[in-house]
Amino acid sequence: MRFGVVVFPGSNCDHDAWYALSHNLGHPTEFIWHDSNSVGNADAVILPGGFSYGDYLRCGAIAKFSPVMAAVKKFAQEGGLVLGICNGFQILVESGLLPGALLRNRNLRFVCRPVTIRVETTNTPFTCAATRGQLIKAPVAHGEGCYFADQRTLDALEAEDRVVFRYMDNPNGSLRDIAGICSEGRNVMGMMPHPERAADPLLGPTDGRVVLESMVRSMVAAHA
Amino acid sequence: MSDLAPSELAKVRGILGREPNQTETGIFTVMWSEHCSYKSSRLHLKKLPTKSERVLVGPGENAGIIDIGPNEKGERYAIAFKIESHNHPSFIEPFQGAATGVGGILRDIFTMGARPIAVLDAIRFGPLDDPECGDRNRRILEGVVEGIAHYGNCFGVPTVGGETVFERCYNGNPLVNVFALGVFRHDEIFFGRASGIGNPVIYVGAKTGRDGIHGASMASAEFTEESKQKRPNVQVGDPFMEKLLLEACLEAMHTGAVVGIQDMGAAGLTCSTCEMGSRAGTGVEIDLARVPQRESGMTPYEIMLSESQERMLLVAEKGREEEVFAVFRKWGLDAVTIGEVTGDGKLRVKDHGVVVAEIPNRELADEAPVYDRPHGVAPYRPAPMEAPEIPRSRDLNSDLLELLGSGDLCSKRWIWQQYDQSVRTNTLQGPGGDAAIVRIKETGTSVAMSVDGNGRYCALSPREGARLLVAECCRNLSAVGALPVAATNNLNFGNPERPEIMAQLVEAIEGITEACKHFETPITGGNVSLYNETLGEAIWPTPVMGIVGLMKTAPPVTIPFKEGARSVMLLGGLGTVDATRFGGTQYAKVVLNKMWGLPPALDMDYEKRVHTAVREVIAQGLAESSHDVGEGGLAVALADCCAEGIGASISLDTGLLPEFALFHEGPSRILLSTSQPEAVEKIARENNVECLRLGVTMKERLQISNSSETPAEKWIDCRVDRLREVWENALESLLNPVPVG
Repeated sequence: MRFGVVVFPGSNCDHDAWYALSHNLGHPTEFIWHDSNSVGNADAVILPGGFSYGDYLRCGAIAKFSPVMAAVKKFAQEGGLVLGICNGFQILVESGLLPGALLRNRNLRFVCRPVTIRVETTNTPFTCAATRGQLIKAPVAHGEGCYFADQRTLDALEAEDRVVFRYMDNPNGSLRDIAGICSEGRNVMGMMPHPERAADPLLGPTDGRVVLESMVRSMVAAHA
Repeated sequence: MSDLAPSELAKVRGILGREPNQTETGIFTVMWSEHCSYKSSRLHLKKLPTKSERVLVGPGENAGIIDIGPNEKGERYAIAFKIESHNHPSFIEPFQGAATGVGGILRDIFTMGARPIAVLDAIRFGPLDDPECGDRNRRILEGVVEGIAHYGNCFGVPTVGGETVFERCYNGNPLVNVFALGVFRHDEIFFGRASGIGNPVIYVGAKTGRDGIHGASMASAEFTEESKQKRPNVQVGDPFMEKLLLEACLEAMHTGAVVGIQDMGAAGLTCSTCEMGSRAGTGVEIDLARVPQRESGMTPYEIMLSESQERMLLVAEKGREEEVFAVFRKWGLDAVTIGEVTGDGKLRVKDHGVVVAEIPNRELADEAPVYDRPHGVAPYRPAPMEAPEIPRSRDLNSDLLELLGSGDLCSKRWIWQQYDQSVRTNTLQGPGGDAAIVRIKETGTSVAMSVDGNGRYCALSPREGARLLVAECCRNLSAVGALPVAATNNLNFGNPERPEIMAQLVEAIEGITEACKHFETPITGGNVSLYNETLGEAIWPTPVMGIVGLMKTAPPVTIPFKEGARSVMLLGGLGTVDATRFGGTQYAKVVLNKMWGLPPALDMDYEKRVHTAVREVIAQGLAESSHDVGEGGLAVALADCCAEGIGASISLDTGLLPEFALFHEGPSRILLSTSQPEAVEKIARENNVECLRLGVTMKERLQISNSSETPAEKWIDCRVDRLREVWENALESLLNPVPVG
């Protein structure tokens, strides 16, 4: 299984995702530069955290115009797995690959601390190796992570089983405690907590691995 | 602007052999400012130890460099680190002042070729509940914290530790000292040298604007009522630009086409050109017309003195410019040849081909006047020597809670949760521990870091206070199992033209010298910040140390007790104290609202043996928890150990007054919990240090009693969740005071 980690100017969790996938999990992983017109031979694409293009205007608002995002959209339409973490989630929302918006944290301050999230559905390629109700501890680190959407969208997300994670201790004011959602086709997911920062036993709990391992498992199943 | 003194102007005339023009006068003024030239401190800084087998680069470069040994492939690695202040700008404009402070020190690290992997901040403010300045102090703290967070988080470097202190002397002069550390291989080290006559001088990064003109000279003057007008002197930071600059610079260095590189920090283009030339013994000629400019109509004076952020100057190998340009193009950054290296040793500045300044580099960069400022008086002391009558405590429990809820000792979680502590996935121990620890992925080594200052101790005795700081940092490192190897210092003082202030500076430098020699932590660089005075009132002498230690990468031993029924041991013993040595404690400050006497007594030989012993205890895997006994004394340290819900039953056998026994701040003490007390005692004996079994850990309560009385006298008895609640919530309450009336 080959992972591709997109590098935007200002991405700063790109190396962390690369390290978790290549060193902690042992899968070949390459970087994809923001001006490339394809995602290369990646089987799954990670949009990492950071401050793409300085997060000027709005988080992720400029990244959506980058050449690579056209390629990522195409890749997603063809069923490829796309995981957006933190700034990557913001980019997915700005690009229209996921619904809703990520607003400034309710208390208007950046927050970095471990949070506990609950797996709400295992019917996604990102949680198929987890159990429903499983608790995952992983850090958040963001200033704009308050998930917002209108009632109808929120209801639809729930009705379609697309809320993937909820916070047990909501750090940012997200509506309905939403920490991660997936696309209608279930192959695109965005989440604010950082699974790649919870993948190395040396640094503490490795709860985040289940997200990355789920991706591997579902890709293997797809290829079989 | 602080102009050149008449004697300095005479020296300039001597160097040039003529009158300087306006641009040249400006150039000399910033380069010979206190901030850039260290003219008041240089004579005394020479006393500091700067060498060891590990020191690859000492003071004088952008950052010091320490060897950390090879990895399993035999590649030799090194770390670069330094601490720097941004005090004056942070008072005038807290957010941008602190943000650009972080930006400046990060550039110092990556200009050497190292990738920054950790930042720590030592920040000091007036009390948040100060009756007159509380509002302003709260606003400054919030701005500084937000500024540090803004810059470090976006740049992508974890902020892993630091300290936050409140004293009235910082009401009009907050201190923002930022420490940064980076890692690289030996063959990736770069220097700020303009070598190779004919090589192109290339400007990269942000465009030059009018911001920050004369920032360096502003930082070299006292504050007056007019200082608010200096807001335009504070630079504006763009961490996104800096992140691009980091990646582009490291990538450009890897092309092999870069000869030397230096950031444009204080004194901007002036400082980088003449220092690079001076270090290489060459001349540098530039034409300002080629400098990318953000505003039109800037004069040569303004361009040379601008302190616009996120700019670097590099010298490339002639003929290989295109390789460098290609990298910067890839990252969307300006890179322009603005001149070349010459053989005449002069900084020659042209504007559209017309020479507007011509100054010998070496004289400009290295021949700044050195002042032996008078210091033959006793250092100024803000407190009496004699101890007052110390009233007997009515309730030791509430004393302890009052201390845990005080500004200096309470949890700083509200602050550090705004910092990204874990980006780059190296943080083994972040804020809140005795020392921060980051692993080096490329080797099996981890780096521990501690920054520490204590203006209160240093006000009582600059020499003893400074020695205590070094000891404290080394103890913090040893308490997590790391061997202290090198140091950087930030000397924050008042106006050195006053002998009683200069005497503080000299005493502190000598104290640091003695202790750094003793603990084998040479100083590899640092920063001096003088004129920290507002309306004639100086801050207390506040040297801040940043010391780094090395350890094998392993899960960290942390502060909290982990399990019940473990032995609680005090390595180093209860220590001694008398009334005079109690006057600098947090108890004296918070509970008695007084200050007197001297800081705690330090026996450096004994202290060092305690460090060796605790490192051995940790190396053998005997410690389940480990915590340095510091400010607030033994009772506060014990309360810290209860942070995760496990308490302890402690019995002290001491003839001391309870206030002294519980709250004195004698050094050389470390609290451990262990299931193998005999093995710990054996190590203590081998190192000839005391080791006491104080009691056992248990659920829910912290109890401390005195067993020298029969029946035992109960001193402290409190639920640990109560201790934790007070400690956790204090800072937020201080920041959000309930309005009166």
